[in-house]
Amino acid sequence: MDETLFDFLLRMGDSTLILGHRISEWCGHAPVLEEDIALANTALDLIGQTQMWLGLAGEIEGKGRSADDLAFLRDAWDFRNALLVELPNGDFGRTILRQFLFDAWHKPMLKALAGSDNERVAEIAAKAVKEVDYHLERSANTVVALGDGTDESHRRMQDALDALWPYAGELRTIAGPDGVIPDGVADAHSAMMREVLSEATLKIPEGEFAHKGGVSGQMHTEHLGHLLTTMQWLQRAYPGATW
Amino acid sequence: MAHPSTDTVWDWLRAVPDPEIPVISVVDLGIVRDVAWEGEELKVAITPTYSGCPATSVIRFDIETALRDKGIEKLRVEQRLSPAWTTDWINEDAKARLEAYGIAPPTPAGGPEKCPRCGSPEVERISQFGSTPCKAQWRCRDCLEPFDYFKCI
Ligand SMILES: [Zn+2]
Repeated sequence: MDETLFDFLLRMGDSTLILGHRISEWCGHAPVLEEDIALANTALDLIGQTQMWLGLAGEIEGKGRSADDLAFLRDAWDFRNALLVELPNGDFGRTILRQFLFDAWHKPMLKALAGSDNERVAEIAAKAVKEVDYHLERSANTVVALGDGTDESHRRMQDALDALWPYAGELRTIAGPDGVIPDGVADAHSAMMREVLSEATLKIPEGEFAHKGGVSGQMHTEHLGHLLTTMQWLQRAYPGATW
Repeated sequence: MAHPSTDTVWDWLRAVPDPEIPVISVVDLGIVRDVAWEGEELKVAITPTYSGCPATSVIRFDIETALRDKGIEKLRVEQRLSPAWTTDWINEDAKARLEAYGIAPPTPAGGPEKCPRCGSPEVERISQFGSTPCKAQWRCRDCLEPFDYFKCI
């Protein structure tokens, strides 16, 4: 098995899976109907992309594991998602800010991967990036609207940025299918964040410290285990259940 | 035994409606990418619209059911990802049927030309996301009705 390729596929698929699950927690709870629908649709896209990434991971691994097996039958230490996506939702503003920090990396990463020599990877990325265009447009616009909004919305967005900023850097450590970080992704991520956060009148915290450990699998936050007990509840309670 | 021609199979598939927008068929939408015989086995290649669209598995099931009802016994429906699905594959006739059904068809400009109910060009976007992954929510400033727009991808 190509371990480098398998790890890459888990990093992409686990990140979209965990973020997709997180934002699906908003279903029926968002502040307005349109946002509820937008979050649910974004979750749906991300879970769909997960099926492609983890489906291919299972094929590459060659042990007969499906995307569902990888999603529901692994425990926290086997997940390779970035720490950012497993953090709790917090308020709506924090959820949107986390989405933006992710989307601003996700789009240039997928654009780069669409040109990968690995055709299977390239075709998944080319499909996913069309969906992510819409995710980024919305999360960026909403971050600007809330950041440059009322005193209350501005304060909440600045709090969210102060809390989440140290988790954005880990995304840029995710390498491509060949083990090399694709050219230009880190710069594009940083530039997009600076542009939108400045328009949103938010102040980027000083310092370059970045929490790491999700992508390498060395140390997840305590939040991932709690998320998995909910997401994997059915398979844990009724192993092998199908319908 | 001679098997039906691929043209005949395409005709059959043109009668399989999209499960969420029944005025257009799975062929109109551009979901069916290829129909071919491999020996005695019929191979149909389909592509998903949005990667997480729940209709994809229903569409696969509807295609299999329709072809089996026509007597096709050896059938393989395969998923093909590349080239990625685009709204450019929706033909003009299907766009007209979408509009008559109340869904503004996709346009290169990225928004509807007019309200599908009253025809007014005075329309505004409510949200880029709607009732299904492929639709956005818009509103008409003249008749004040909200409507779906089939967004470009
Ligand atoms: Zn109208």
